Amino acid sequence: MTKRFFRSKIIYDFFHDPSALVGSFILSVFILAAVLAPWIAPQDPYDLEKVSLEHFLKPPIWKEGGEPPFLLGTDDQGRGILSTVLYGCRTSLIVGFGVVLIAGTFGITMGLLSGYYGGHLDAVIMRLADTFFSFSTTLMAFLLLGLFKERGVLVVIIAICIADWVKYARTMRGSVLEVKEEAYILAAKATGARDLRLLLRHLLPNAMPPIFVVMAVDLAVVIMLEATLSFLGVGVPLTEPSLGMMIAIGKDYIYAGMWWLVVFPGAALVLLVVGINLFADWLREELNPKIEKER
Amino acid sequence: MGTYILRRLIQGAFVLLAVSFICFIIFRYVGDPVLSLAGRYATIQEREMVREAFGLDKPFYVQYTRFIFNAAQGNFGKSYVSRIPALGLILERFPATAELATTAIFIAFVLGVGLGVLVSVKPYALRNRFIMAGSLGGISTPTFLMGIVLIMIFAVYLGILPPFGRGDTVKIGFWRTGFLTWSGISHLILPAFTLGMYQLAVLLRLTRAGMREVLTEEYIKTAWSKGLPPRKVIFKHALRNVLIPVVTMTGLQFGELIAFSIVTETIFQWPGMGNLLLTSIYESDQPVIVTYIMLAALIILSLNIIVDILYAFLNPKIRYD
Repeated sequence: MTKRFFRSKIIYDFFHDPSALVGSFILSVFILAAVLAPWIAPQDPYDLEKVSLEHFLKPPIWKEGGEPPFLLGTDDQGRGILSTVLYGCRTSLIVGFGVVLIAGTFGITMGLLSGYYGGHLDAVIMRLADTFFSFSTTLMAFLLLGLFKERGVLVVIIAICIADWVKYARTMRGSVLEVKEEAYILAAKATGARDLRLLLRHLLPNAMPPIFVVMAVDLAVVIMLEATLSFLGVGVPLTEPSLGMMIAIGKDYIYAGMWWLVVFPGAALVLLVVGINLFADWLREELNPKIEKER
Repeated sequence: MGTYILRRLIQGAFVLLAVSFICFIIFRYVGDPVLSLAGRYATIQEREMVREAFGLDKPFYVQYTRFIFNAAQGNFGKSYVSRIPALGLILERFPATAELATTAIFIAFVLGVGLGVLVSVKPYALRNRFIMAGSLGGISTPTFLMGIVLIMIFAVYLGILPPFGRGDTVKIGFWRTGFLTWSGISHLILPAFTLGMYQLAVLLRLTRAGMREVLTEEYIKTAWSKGLPPRKVIFKHALRNVLIPVVTMTGLQFGELIAFSIVTETIFQWPGMGNLLLTSIYESDQPVIVTYIMLAALIILSLNIIVDILYAFLNPKIRYD
């Protein structure tokens, strides 16, 4: 089984495509950095005993006035920018993967039921999906978080999921409608397979490929959304590290020429999202049967 | 077609009703309206008077019917903070948001589709590889960061464009426009690009992907072999078929556009609805928030219905019945 997997076309293509390799390399570096943050960060920026206002607004170490261990300078609270970025990526990735997991599971289930059973169930789920979709994930999450003034990483994840599942449900439904007509599904039905077995064993695995693309794109979108919400002050609480919040603090200092407060967290955010998008681009082309790749 | 439009309108009315119910819940139960109306230092008797005067002691369904009845007449109550009717407060700021959003969507559509076509014709030219790399950057940069970067480059370092505000405006009737003065236009450039940039990149990639598929079709080969000029093959035969998903996408993104106008307006201190909403959220000014939500719902729903109808005109194969 594993041998067959490593010799499959998708693995071959993966190792021969620069955008797939670069993308997944960037993503793995970020995941590694986020997981190892407590060990590799020069300072724990959220341990109040270790943060001192004495060190506030220091420039990066190569500029005059910079001092170790603050390689990339410090912010207005004396937190090291490098350490805060490392911890901030943690929050970004937790929210990103959390939403993809929760919204994905819910959306896939809804899409599966909607596509397979059709009829009234389909109509109700899809009208609901249309409505959520037109109000947009961003607007819904922003209003929910702004109104209820509850804070916390989990709350942010749930607020984003409220409208985000729709993407998965729509894609899954479309995919199920196509797969449903395939001969092997009819054959399974003819052998008397029950609904549950048919859904989980035959429909789900065969309808999944387009969902993987949605997941990859969504991960990038959600990470940007978390940063946006935290930037606006309705995202994760002040006690949690977040790239969006760092940029919100830094934007007040750009007129004073202190660019490092914005540039480093901003660059980390963009690089992470570029990595995910590169991987998503490759996945989309790879799984799209319509495009025959020219070499 | 008539039945389809009617069905969409009825469906829209149901959604608005649902939104109004949620708004009522927010108004009534998120925070205490009695406390906000009577003031923090009111005595218990004064609070009871307010409760009675505003009908807040009546049963739930009576209060909700009243809320709907008032909302239908455009009466959403007064802002807790400025004591001015909420609808007026928001409508006054509507032109600023509308001008920003339409300019942004115009830039995004024209440049996005234009560059998308340009790139698809010669995908491997060096210039086009740069454009594609730029579009990857575009879809990977959140709007707020784009705004800050543009301010850093054009306002702080180069000093050629103003970093905030709306500049001088001219009042025509109730509409205060910034299009007619040089200062108004120069203030609009950075926020409009900030708001439009993400959409621009999305539309560029969508157009390119669509063109790549269409350009391999048989009828395009026929058009080339007939000896048609490239302009005709690309714009008349190919692009027309690619535009359908692109227009749908543009239409469906209005909700996102409204959401991101909140971000853009905050960064550039643009005096629009989004800026007002954010302030109202910080101040827990429920009537203004509720009015904003109802208005946004109305705008999004109407635009969606309009796009659906346009869609049928663009693609004669679609017959809604």
